[in-house]
Amino acid sequence: MATFVFLYFAAVIVMAASLVVLVRNPIYSALSLLVMFFHVAGLYVTLHAEFLAAIQIIVYAGAILVLYLFVVMLLNVKREEQFNRQGPVALFLGVVLLTEAVLLTVSRGFTVGAPEPGREGAAVGNTESIGEVLYSTYLFPFEIASLILLVAMIGAVILSKKGIMESK
Amino acid sequence: MVGGLDLFLDYLAKYSPIVVFIILAAGFGIVTLVLSYLVQPKYPEDEKLSVYECGSEPFSDSRMPFPVRYYVIAMLFVIFDIEVIFLYPWAVTFDQLGVIGLIEMMIFIGLFVVAYVYAWRKGALEWD
Amino acid sequence: MFDTSIKLALTLSQIGAVMGVVLLTVAVLTLLERKVLSWMQDRMGPMEVGPYGVLQPVADGLKLFFKEDIIPAGANKIMFSLAPILVLVPALIGFAVIPFGPNWTIDVMGVEFKPFVISDINIGVLYILAFASIGAYGVILGGWASNSKYSLLGGLRSAAQLISYELNVGLAIVGVLLLAGSLSLVEITEAQAGGFWNWFAFDPVPFPQFIAFVIFLIASVAETNRLPFDLPEAESELVAGFFTEYSGMRFAFFFMAEYANMILVSCMSTVLFFGGWHAPLPFLQAPGMFAWVTGIFWFTAKVYFFLFLFFWIRATLPRLRYDQLMRFGWKVLLPIALGNIVVTSVLAYIFPN
Repeated sequence: MATFVFLYFAAVIVMAASLVVLVRNPIYSALSLLVMFFHVAGLYVTLHAEFLAAIQIIVYAGAILVLYLFVVMLLNVKREEQFNRQGPVALFLGVVLLTEAVLLTVSRGFTVGAPEPGREGAAVGNTESIGEVLYSTYLFPFEIASLILLVAMIGAVILSKKGIMESK
Repeated sequence: MVGGLDLFLDYLAKYSPIVVFIILAAGFGIVTLVLSYLVQPKYPEDEKLSVYECGSEPFSDSRMPFPVRYYVIAMLFVIFDIEVIFLYPWAVTFDQLGVIGLIEMMIFIGLFVVAYVYAWRKGALEWD
Repeated sequence: MFDTSIKLALTLSQIGAVMGVVLLTVAVLTLLERKVLSWMQDRMGPMEVGPYGVLQPVADGLKLFFKEDIIPAGANKIMFSLAPILVLVPALIGFAVIPFGPNWTIDVMGVEFKPFVISDINIGVLYILAFASIGAYGVILGGWASNSKYSLLGGLRSAAQLISYELNVGLAIVGVLLLAGSLSLVEITEAQAGGFWNWFAFDPVPFPQFIAFVIFLIASVAETNRLPFDLPEAESELVAGFFTEYSGMRFAFFFMAEYANMILVSCMSTVLFFGGWHAPLPFLQAPGMFAWVTGIFWFTAKVYFFLFLFFWIRATLPRLRYDQLMRFGWKVLLPIALGNIVVTSVLAYIFPN
């Protein structure tokens, strides 16, 4: 049963992810990305990572993909326009990532089926256990993360400042 | 100790009603639309199908480019949203974390405020 | 196998009941809103269909169902039909985690079953926030697919408004989570048992969340696109915003989603800040196995109070300008919500429960 659920989510994720790059209309790309995010969230639930599942939808589907949609509308991409120049780079990256994936699979041993979920969250719930670990053991990375977010914010403001000035 | 399979079944019991609900709600939407499509009259006409533009002929492609301001707001939202997400696990474990958790989060919120004030001062929150 | 089918039958009937009640309430609200607004403006409201116009929702529904559903020229047909469903489904399924009665587990032929909540997941609050953010897609896509300038502008405006105020909803809730120590709506309700002084909006120790509640309410009004924040569909400038080109049943879906969202937000306010199904005074709660009768009564009463508040606000306040709306969300509500979190957490540390 667990394997069946896993296979369903995995299959849909792979199909939706391929569709994202295969369809021409950017809006359809964004929609298949949305479908993919939901199935990744489903996969998290089967791994007992409820909190991550919710974050997956709130951050990726609710915030980042909305940003994509805004960009798509902002740029007003016509269906005929294509950006083919990244071909060689994409090929290079694809080969590297594929090699990496193959090497990892071979070194770990190949199995079909659902991965074994972590047991820690079983008693207290996923959010609580994340909170307890994140704000004690991983205190330092957490504060680093807040610094990175600050940098991201400054970057976003500087990048868009020109645009704000222009539209005034 | 809860075994792997039992835990899986527990999650299945909790989340399967939600899946059923999503399917039922979407089904309700689709079935209603299809039924309505079957019973409604269909007399398409050029004038009727044209988009609304104060009664005149639409004169340019409506999918026009938009002010960059919307994009800025969406970017700020992504960053702030992630910061807010960090508050949730902290809030639910507040009692266990003690004073260290409180100080940590005050530093975090302090940096949040710095970012916020920066965006404010640079005019990223302005609409005019 | 037998257990599974019983469980499925129970779940299906529960979902059916909840969906039925929500859709029925939507129908009632369409009439109630017009009636309440009329009375506030010293008018009669709809009076033609049935006695005192009570059958008006039926007439409206039938009319919309049999109307020709126009897809404008140049529209993207798939997206145009998908958008209303993408708006309606998130508005409906949010009710899956709302507890509207006591947290009982009963035994039906060997199957454990919670009659008053469809699914008590540990992340109930996040679940609702997650699907609320999905509602923005229907709005953007509906506006984009219509191929009309008004729709596109309305859709984008609406999306920018939704994400801005979503942030405030998310921040306003943190104080409650801090006091309840859980993301499960059932546990948040349980933490407020015993009388109105234990409700998070009023609970004096460590800090009453009334300010958070006001922020939550204002942000919710904005998220449901209601007056005075109905800029995306400001009829004086944008015709009807993102659903300008919609007609018939698809139009009805946007309308139903707006009302369903109003009900959902009222349920959230009730559960998070006003004790859920708990009675305001202990003796107003029926003892023992009759607790569910008063439980559902108080829950419904509180929800209808908030719905009335929505109408009242609409009748009282004028519409904001768009720049005022964005400025208010980002520069007024956000700092207050952050300050509330800081004060609540410091006081909760000094005066632990």
